[in-house]
Amino acid sequence: MTLPKHLHDKVEKYSKKYKITDKEKAETARRVEEKYEKAKISPGEAIGIITAESFGEPSTQLTLDVFHFAGVSEMQVTVGLPRLIEIFDARKRPSTPRMELKLKAKYSKTTDMVREIAMKIKETKLGDVAQEITINVAKANIEIVLDKKKLRELDIKPKAVFDKIVTEMKSLEVKGGDESIIIKPKEKDLLLSEIYKLKEKAKQIHVRGLEGVTHVLPVKDENGYTILCAGSNLEQALELEEVEKETIMTNDIFEVSKIFGIEGAREAIIREATKVLKDQGISIDVRHIMLLVDVMTMTGNIKGITRTGITGEKESVIARATFETPIKHLINASLIGERDDLNSVVENVILNQPVPLGTGLPGLIAKTADMEKDE
Amino acid sequence: MTDIFLNERYIGTTESAKDLIKQVRAERRKGVLPAELNFHHDQEYDEMFFDTTRGRARRPLIVVENGKSKLTEQHIQELKNGTIKWEKLVKDGVIEYIDAAEEENCYTSLSEEELTKEHTHLEISPLAMLGLCSSLVPFSNFCASSKLIRGSKMLKQSIGIYAANFLLRMDTDVNVLHYPQKPLTKTFMDEIFESDKHPAGQNIVIALMSYEGYNMEDAIVINKGSVERGFARSSFFKPFNAEELRYQGGLVDEVCIPDKEVKGFRTEKDYRLLEEDGIVYTGAKVKDEDVIIGKVSPPRFLGEFEEFNIATNVKRESSISLTRGEYGIVDMTLLTENEEGNRLVQLRLRQPRILEVGDKFASRHGQKGVVSLLVPPQDMPFSASGIVPDLIFSPHSIPSRMTISHLIEIVAGKTGALKGEYIDGTTFDSVSEKEIRKMLKEEGFRDNGTETFYSGITGKQYHAKIYVGNMYYLKLKHMVANKLHARATGKIQLLTRQPIEGRSQGGGLRLGEMEKDCFVAHGASMLLKERFDSDKTLLYVCEECGMIAVYDSYKHKEYCTKCGSNVKVSLIEVAYAFKLLIDELKSLCIYPKLLLGRKY
Repeated sequence: MTLPKHLHDKVEKYSKKYKITDKEKAETARRVEEKYEKAKISPGEAIGIITAESFGEPSTQLTLDVFHFAGVSEMQVTVGLPRLIEIFDARKRPSTPRMELKLKAKYSKTTDMVREIAMKIKETKLGDVAQEITINVAKANIEIVLDKKKLRELDIKPKAVFDKIVTEMKSLEVKGGDESIIIKPKEKDLLLSEIYKLKEKAKQIHVRGLEGVTHVLPVKDENGYTILCAGSNLEQALELEEVEKETIMTNDIFEVSKIFGIEGAREAIIREATKVLKDQGISIDVRHIMLLVDVMTMTGNIKGITRTGITGEKESVIARATFETPIKHLINASLIGERDDLNSVVENVILNQPVPLGTGLPGLIAKTADMEKDE
Repeated sequence: MTDIFLNERYIGTTESAKDLIKQVRAERRKGVLPAELNFHHDQEYDEMFFDTTRGRARRPLIVVENGKSKLTEQHIQELKNGTIKWEKLVKDGVIEYIDAAEEENCYTSLSEEELTKEHTHLEISPLAMLGLCSSLVPFSNFCASSKLIRGSKMLKQSIGIYAANFLLRMDTDVNVLHYPQKPLTKTFMDEIFESDKHPAGQNIVIALMSYEGYNMEDAIVINKGSVERGFARSSFFKPFNAEELRYQGGLVDEVCIPDKEVKGFRTEKDYRLLEEDGIVYTGAKVKDEDVIIGKVSPPRFLGEFEEFNIATNVKRESSISLTRGEYGIVDMTLLTENEEGNRLVQLRLRQPRILEVGDKFASRHGQKGVVSLLVPPQDMPFSASGIVPDLIFSPHSIPSRMTISHLIEIVAGKTGALKGEYIDGTTFDSVSEKEIRKMLKEEGFRDNGTETFYSGITGKQYHAKIYVGNMYYLKLKHMVANKLHARATGKIQLLTRQPIEGRSQGGGLRLGEMEKDCFVAHGASMLLKERFDSDKTLLYVCEECGMIAVYDSYKHKEYCTKCGSNVKVSLIEVAYAFKLLIDELKSLCIYPKLLLGRKY
């Protein structure tokens, strides 16, 4: 019996359920085994190229309708081929980071409640709540006038803003009350241009919300409210009380990798790639995607399919040189005296030798008379 | 203050731009200022441009004043009677030519009913938006725009009679259709364009049905009987020419039957068709490598050579002949002189082209297809009244492309053929579907254009009624005879030793990168190797240093230029391109050492 345990257990379970005889059970097991053996990929099957073709062929159709994304929501999301390229190139940040936060039931009773939470999640900077930020040239300080209406709207206490500035700008003197805050550099004789830089920096002070989340959009569905965020910050999202932590989704793969490790990242890439293809109405067997993602993540780090990623790490010099920047690869190889054992496809095509796949894989293990003589 | 420019040149300013425009417009309409003058006021920058230069695209529009068209019933009546001409309307300021810039200041109405006080111009007809070729498509307001574009593009590729004097001309690679016809469904443009003077297609009976699966994927099935009756026959003309060039030292080429002494003499047989003057006779059937113009040239190098060689005056053969696979009939010969005063022999070859499997056809609605089968007339389906279609078109080509005009043309053509009159299919202004239905019914046919059909093979009646009618079909200039190509062995490139490219030179068909991937994906490793064997070579490799060794054919011994003859030198089989790669690496100062191992 070579069946894996879970299949074996299933046979046992169903034979009990449908009360079949032992003979029938044995026959079932035999047939399951037969199917199982058939489903195995035979040695020498070019799975990599089949995967590449499975992606390559439908993606030629993909290109046509990339930029015609008519979104109902206000959020623009990269889809189609650009997104697919982004995923497989393993870019550090997606061009449109996005996060979905599902609210717990007790926090999503009324729309006002949800809106309040959404505003809390959205990143608020000092520049957003200040009515004006001016430089007083004579006194060499910066005066910040807070927008009371905005603050009330966002439900932020002026005190909180003040405290934030104090913690963020440690090297500065911060004075002031509810309406205006005055920042003064501790050092005297600062150049005006430096004060100006300081002003720009002050504008960017993070007051509240998740860093990087520029837009929020609460969406209602049958299970309650979900907040769609443009911008992603998984680390801070996990600390939110109101959010169901198990269902947080982000399209930033590196963030997932940082927090949940490489296995999480693997799942995230599979999910993202499948989503893109599904949106475009293209069906690719998930095993192709899994193979690709396994190759990308097998070292423990996410590596893109680029010349700096996994393609650049191919063993064969010729294979690397065939892909991109051939001279660089050849010269570097010659500097350390690299050896190419001609084990994969391209090298053998270049040399016009049979490729070690399919019919070209099996070899003959035998000693001929003259071989014995040689020894 | 408005700046004024005349023909892109600054000429002055005005305080009252509006009055100026009014005045200029009135004077142009009166004929005081030339009709070629156009002007335009850029309100954003407050600049006025007057233009009288050539090269501007202009179009005529009817002038509207106070919400009323200046073109009256009386004008139209007079135009019909021929008492006045177009020029008079322009002169009288009824019609104005507007250029692209002036159009920006105009408010043009599409129809007279929609005219308001603000309108400045009225479109003569909404048809003006279409170009020449798209106006030739009948019922094109019932056609998807993308297909209309394709349809008019293919009209340009159709073969017909391109010029009435084609028999006297020496054009390169032209086609002429035999028995061309006027279309049964016409548009207004057919009259203007005088398309009956250079027609481009034929009216045929077309049935919308499948035939044994031979019309899948836009393929079309054709009645062999129609072909034998002359449907879509054409001639292909190809010119050849030979010039008697003059060389240094007063030497000249000579058109003649080459002597046997001439260098590069072919066989006697190749010259058999030449007449005394060295030119093949008109009407000769020539093929393959037959010489059509015999020519000899003086030797290529003259000089010191002469003193030693007795046979100095041996001339070179430089005849014009057909390449392999070509055939045809010599249609016309022409003896003339060119600009340099050299004698010029021109010769035109005619190839009769009978419709064959692989030729491309199209209707005027962007519905193109390739002939996939010629069916003997007895096997063609036939209608209850005995009509056998010339062409069977797949109904699957219709729904996704939404070329309704194609369907309408079929019934329109049918009514036209039955009534013996041309049907007007002018865009926006055609005979309505209702009228066509009425006319068909009057003729005793089903008004939806379908008919009872019988299978030509079994004789049984089809369950479905078949949509059948007449249609104007175009033979396009892409014919298999021009494209068919195959090669086993042949010429190779000097550098790479791989087969050369291109049909005209008998080149190979490239097995590209993606095709290679397919072989690999199938695991057909050995087949792939065989495909790439076109440039395989045997190389001697020194096993000591791993570099390419030399074989001395005098001594029958191989040796390494670096390690001498006392090393083991083995023979390997690789692609010649790989040898080139090794050489290139060497030139980069990289030492590509080959380590040989056993194959098995």
